[in-house]
Amino acid sequence: MNVGLFIPCYVDQFYPQVGIATLRLLESLGVTVTFPMEQTCCGQPMANSGFQRLSAGCDKNFIQNFANCDVVVGPSGSCVLHLKDHLHSDERPDEAARLRANVYELCEFLTDVLKVESLPNARFPHRVGLHTSCHGQRGLGLSSMSELVAPTFSKPEQLLRMVDGLELIELTHPDECCGFGGTFCVFEEALSSKMGKDRVADHLRHGAEVITGGDMSCLMQLEGVLRRQNSSVKIKHIAEILAS
Amino acid sequence: METASLKHAEAAEAFLRDEENADWHNETLWFVRSKRDRAAHSLPEWEQLREQASQIKTHTLSRLDDYLIQLEENAKKNGITVHWAANGDEHNRIVHSILQQHNASKIVKSKSMLTEECHLNPYLIERGIEVIDTDLGERIIQLRNEPPSHIVMPAIHLKKKHIGDLFHQHLGTEAGAEDPQYLTEAARIHLRQKFLMADVAITGVNFAIAETGGFVVCTNEGNADLGAHLAKVHIACMGIEKVIPKAEHLGVFLRLLTRSATGQPITTFSSHFRKPGPGQEMHLVLVDNGRTRQLASPDFRNSLKCIRCGACMNTCPVYRRSGGHSYHTAVAGPIGSILAPNIDMKEYADLPFASTLCGSCSNVCPVKIDIHQQLYKWRQVLGEAGAVESSKKMGMSGMDVLFSHPWLYRFAGRAGRWLMQKFPSLANKPSLNPWAIHRDMPKPPAQSFRDWYAEQNKKTNG
Ligand code: SF4
Repeated sequence: MNVGLFIPCYVDQFYPQVGIATLRLLESLGVTVTFPMEQTCCGQPMANSGFQRLSAGCDKNFIQNFANCDVVVGPSGSCVLHLKDHLHSDERPDEAARLRANVYELCEFLTDVLKVESLPNARFPHRVGLHTSCHGQRGLGLSSMSELVAPTFSKPEQLLRMVDGLELIELTHPDECCGFGGTFCVFEEALSSKMGKDRVADHLRHGAEVITGGDMSCLMQLEGVLRRQNSSVKIKHIAEILAS
Repeated sequence: METASLKHAEAAEAFLRDEENADWHNETLWFVRSKRDRAAHSLPEWEQLREQASQIKTHTLSRLDDYLIQLEENAKKNGITVHWAANGDEHNRIVHSILQQHNASKIVKSKSMLTEECHLNPYLIERGIEVIDTDLGERIIQLRNEPPSHIVMPAIHLKKKHIGDLFHQHLGTEAGAEDPQYLTEAARIHLRQKFLMADVAITGVNFAIAETGGFVVCTNEGNADLGAHLAKVHIACMGIEKVIPKAEHLGVFLRLLTRSATGQPITTFSSHFRKPGPGQEMHLVLVDNGRTRQLASPDFRNSLKCIRCGACMNTCPVYRRSGGHSYHTAVAGPIGSILAPNIDMKEYADLPFASTLCGSCSNVCPVKIDIHQQLYKWRQVLGEAGAVESSKKMGMSGMDVLFSHPWLYRFAGRAGRWLMQKFPSLANKPSLNPWAIHRDMPKPPAQSFRDWYAEQNKKTNG
């Protein structure tokens, strides 16, 4: 299986350590990973702002880069969901459809494709709060949702429970949105910040030392609030914890 | 052109300036959402019920014309006069003409979002009619001269103190009184008089049944019943999407409606009206006001399934923190943001963007409307139609160019990180970067992942 590593633009630029952890984690599980060097962005910012048409260039570039890969794995539920729902090509419709069906968020790739049952080397002795990102949860179905009358499960949590020494804290609102919301974070700045503040407060109230999650964009939002508050609470992408 | 998407954003920003009040609003609505959860979880068949309701609605919408004609026929057989209104104005004219026929100058109204949508109150008041809203919450905001902030709990944005002051001013209650029992009692006495004096009662309609020609009105206060039974004339106004095929379908919706709305197993009064009482007259006004346009659009048709339970508002993290008035439309919240642009695309172009698309609304919706997906679709429609501010469009075109050219992206990334490292105060300057008003930017790393990866490859390959 030829696995293409998809590192979204903002992770590439601001959080290279998340890309590195993702790569190391996958390699430690025996996966051969390639990183197509000319990849850029999934196209979500344009599409979410009402200009899906303007993401055609992104789509084309994405398809070109990942055409040789059997599956694509990325450490960001939101970008993966965008690709799953909207990757499109007039010239190469079959290739677009194949990639849409074969793009995975990191956690679901680990639990559903690799069927990872243990992570013998992972150790992270901290109190950790898991931020459940909306696009991962409700969009990709990575975990059960508080609104539905259905059995509960969580793929990220399942993985975190394999980490030695890690203590997962409970939250009052286990699946409330962090308020990032793509360009919403800028165009509805006041609301977005308030939502981020509230989300952070829930974690702090329950004694988190570290906040983690599968979506670096939500984590960037929470980190922005924590740093403004001069908080000592740290942000770590789930890949960094699982690879530790 | 007006900067459309700033409208909700600005109103929300103003609402949030009183953070304590915003927190209180958020928690109050979350409390209702939690009650909804408890009620839903008490029914193991909840998800099947939602599916059934959704299918009944989908089916009804696919043959809406037939069911409406059937409703009209059967209602007429029952002695109800049926009217059709193409838009809000026509609706208001019809209601007014009925009032004129009866020389009516005083009416009592039970809560109806349709009449809010059509702006019936100001229309009638301008023509010398006394209009009294009889739902307690509605009466409160009517005294305050405000629109409702929520479709089920119209005065949910107000605290007991506000109401105490208001009643002191208008109803002569003691100054500073905040006891809900005392205040409700005062409102009841005040409303009793209005009920007794009214010539005509206007109600909304929750469900109209094609098979029987009857309709159902749900209230918790019984005010619709009191009004309709005391007055000589009862005018019921409904959007055409409120029809359901058969009486046997009612059970599905009545079980879902109030559990979703407030967490109650059922509304206190679910009153069935079938024909006028002796010596009374009954009118049913069927209103389109953009609904057939919505019906004709495959992307947005689904939104007509809405039974106006308000659950999507209670769960919406944006609604909870921005207050209903920020939506500047009769129906606020996620569903309002789908319905409003259909009525006026330019005026409401901001609303589909007042969402993070978190999807919680779609999950609570008892009739399974794909609310957040429709908001996404509206954004595309508005973008195509040029209803989104040009600055946003320019920004997005820039990003398109950037991301379509990997070399440019690499260059811009490096330049951007370099700038942020050299001039961190610039990146965190609120006037240049709205992100930085309440949050810090991430610290830019020296190297991107891509650069690191290339370096590794070089090392291993020689
Ligand atoms: S869209 Fe759904 S949840 Fe929202 S008010 Fe309508 S029926 Fe209720």
